[in-house]
Amino acid sequence: MTPTNRADTQATDTQAADTQATDTQAADIQGTETRTADPQAADTQVTGPQPAGARPVTGRVVRAGGLSLRIAPRTLVVGTVVAALLAAVMVVTLTAGGYSLTLGQLLASLAGRGDETGDFVVYTLMLPRLLVAVLVGAMLAVSGAILQTVTRNALGSPDVIGFTSAAATGALVVITVLGGTMLQVSFGALIGGLVAALLIYVLAYHRGVSGLRFVLMGIGINALAVAANSFLITRASLHDALTAQAWLVGSVNSRGWEHVVAAAASLAALLPVALSRTRSLSMMELGDDTARALGARAGRDRSLLIGVSVLLAALAVAAAGPITFVALAAPQLTRRLTRSSAPGLVTTALVGALLLATGDLLVQQLFPAAQLPVGTATGCVGGLYLIWLLASEWRGKGRYA
Amino acid sequence: MTRLRADDLTLAYDQTTVARELSVDIPDGSFTVIIGPNACGKSTLLKALARMLKPKAGAVHLDGKAITSQRSKDVAKRLGLLPQSSTAPGGITVGDLVARGRYPHQSVLRQWSAEDEAVVTESMRLTGVANLAQRVVDELSGGQRQRVWLAMVLAQQTPILLLDEPTTFLDIAHQIEVLDLCADLHDDGEHTLVAVLHDLNQACRYATNLVVMRPGGVVAAQGDPSQIVTADLVEDVFGLSCRVIDDPETGTPMIVPAARTARSASAATPASTGQEQGPGSTGGDAQPASQHHGPVAVHEDAAL
Repeated sequence: MTPTNRADTQATDTQAADTQATDTQAADIQGTETRTADPQAADTQVTGPQPAGARPVTGRVVRAGGLSLRIAPRTLVVGTVVAALLAAVMVVTLTAGGYSLTLGQLLASLAGRGDETGDFVVYTLMLPRLLVAVLVGAMLAVSGAILQTVTRNALGSPDVIGFTSAAATGALVVITVLGGTMLQVSFGALIGGLVAALLIYVLAYHRGVSGLRFVLMGIGINALAVAANSFLITRASLHDALTAQAWLVGSVNSRGWEHVVAAAASLAALLPVALSRTRSLSMMELGDDTARALGARAGRDRSLLIGVSVLLAALAVAAAGPITFVALAAPQLTRRLTRSSAPGLVTTALVGALLLATGDLLVQQLFPAAQLPVGTATGCVGGLYLIWLLASEWRGKGRYA
Repeated sequence: MTRLRADDLTLAYDQTTVARELSVDIPDGSFTVIIGPNACGKSTLLKALARMLKPKAGAVHLDGKAITSQRSKDVAKRLGLLPQSSTAPGGITVGDLVARGRYPHQSVLRQWSAEDEAVVTESMRLTGVANLAQRVVDELSGGQRQRVWLAMVLAQQTPILLLDEPTTFLDIAHQIEVLDLCADLHDDGEHTLVAVLHDLNQACRYATNLVVMRPGGVVAAQGDPSQIVTADLVEDVFGLSCRVIDDPETGTPMIVPAARTARSASAATPASTGQEQGPGSTGGDAQPASQHHGPVAVHEDAAL
C-alpha cells in the first residue's frame, strides 16, 4: 500500500481507531528511535514524551466545510496585547502633552462633540503627529519584515542596506540643490529609495539573488549614500543645511494631515499586496530551490515583495525622515514575542507602530525643549529590549540563535 | 512510456556549458541513480529535471509536456525535489516544517485539511520522525534533520521524487538508513525515484536503473547495474583502475579500487607525469606526486 492510500483511509477512519493506530505507531518508532538517535535526543524523549496522536503542527486549526484555517493562538494574544498597549500609548500621548487635556475632553473631541480648545489641540497639534508616528512605524516594520525574510538575514533591513539612506539622499538633493516643496522632497525620497534598490538588485544579481550578496551590496550602497548625504549638507547654504539636518535626523515633529493622508494611503495600498504573498513569503524561508520545488513562484514573488518593501521604506522616509532601527528591530521583536517562524506582517506592523509611538511619547515627555529626534528614543527602547531578549535567549535554549 | 524524460538538453550556467545534447529517460517505477565523477553535470541534470534550471536548448518533458510550460503548483503535485542544501527557518518545529510540504495542495482558504494532517502524520511515521514533531529542527542531529526533510518531500505526495545527494554529511549508518527508506518507497510501486549519489557500491546496491555520466555531461552507460558496471567502465569514467566483484551481501557489483602500488605502476605509462617516476626504484618519493596528479590528469583527458 502507498502512503497516499494509507493516508486516505486513515482520514476516513473513526477518530478512535485513528488515535489508536498512531499510538502504536508512535510506540514502535519510540522503540527503534532510542537505538538510533543520539543520547541527547533519547534524554529529551524521557523527560518530555510527546503526546501520541497529537496534531503534528503547532497552533489551532479551524475547519468549516471545505475551508480550513491555521491559527496561532500566541500570535493572536501578542497582537491583541500590542494593539491594547498601542491604544494606551496613544491616549497617554494625547492627554499628557503640554496642553494637559483631560480624558473627558479628549473623548469628547474624538467623538466630534468637543470644545474649541480641545478640538484645536487634538486635531491640529497632537493627532497628526501621533498618527504619522503610528503609520510610519507600521510601514517601516512591514518593510523590514519582508526584506529580512526575503534575504533570510536579520541585517537585510532597509535602514542597514541603504534604502532609507538613499531615500534621504534623494530628499537632500531636492532640499539643497533644487530647493523644492515638501511634496517634491517626498518625491525625491521615493526616487532615491527606488534607485538604491534597483542598483543593489542589479549589482547583486548572479544566477539569481542570494540573500547575503544582496545584504553586502546594500551595505556598500548605504555607505555611499551616507557619504553623499554628508557631502550635500557641507556644500549647501546655511539655511538649507539646517533644514536638511532637521529632516535628516528623522522626526515626526510638526507633521500635518497631508503627511497622515500620504502615509495612510501608501500603507493601505501596499500592505494588502504584501499580505497576498504571505504564503509565498513563508516558503522563501526554506531557500529558493525548496520553495520552487514546492510550487512557490519564488522569483516573481520576491521581486514583487522587494518592490513593496522599498516603496514602504521610501514613503516612510518621505513622511518622517530616515528613522532608524524600527525596521531592523520590530520584525525581530515580533518573531521572538510570537515564537513563530512565519513572518506575521500585521503583528509586526503593530509592534513597529508601538515602538515609534512610544519613542515619540518619551521624546515629548522627557525632553520637551530639546526637539530630540524620535529615532534616538526608538533606538533606546527597542535596542534595550532586543538586547535583553537576545541575551536571555543565548543564555537559555538558543532557540532562535 | 516514461513520465519524465530529458530530450537533447544543453545545460549551461551563464557562459559555462555543462552538457550538450543530453537525453535521459527515467523509467516509471524505477529507482534511478545518477553517478559520475565530480563536476560531470549530474547535479545539473537533476536540477534541469526538477525545472530548477532552464535548459539552453532541448526540453524536459513531464507527462508529455515541456515542464517549463506547466504551472509550478501543478508540477509540484507530481514531482518533488530534495535539494542538496535547504535552510530550516529559525525556531520552526519538525511538524511545521514537514507541513510545509503540503504547500502545493493548499490555498489561502484551505490551509490545513484533514487530508493534510493525515498525510503529514503518515510521512513522519514512514521516516521515523513522528515522535520528534514538537521538537525544534535546529536542535536535531544531522541524520534526524535529513529524515525530516525527506518527510517534507514525502508530504508533497508526488509520484516522482528527485533527491540530490541525500546521503551527504551523514555517517555510514544514517546513509544506509536513508537509502533503505528510499528503497521502501520504491518497493511500494507507487514512486519513481531519481537520486544523485557518490558511493558507487551503494548506487549498485540500491539502483534498479543506473545512469553513469562522464565529465562533459555525457551518459556513458545506462541500465541495470549488474549488467553495465564493469572494471572497464569505471576505469573509463572515473579514471580509476579497479576490480568489480560480487557484493557478498547482495550479489550486486562491488567496486574494489586497485591497490596503490598497482595503480601507480599502471598510471606510469599513459600519464604525462611518467618521467619523474622513472624505473620505479624511487617509488617512495615519487608516489605522493602521482597520487595527486595521476587521477586528475586522467580525468582531464577523459573530459576532452
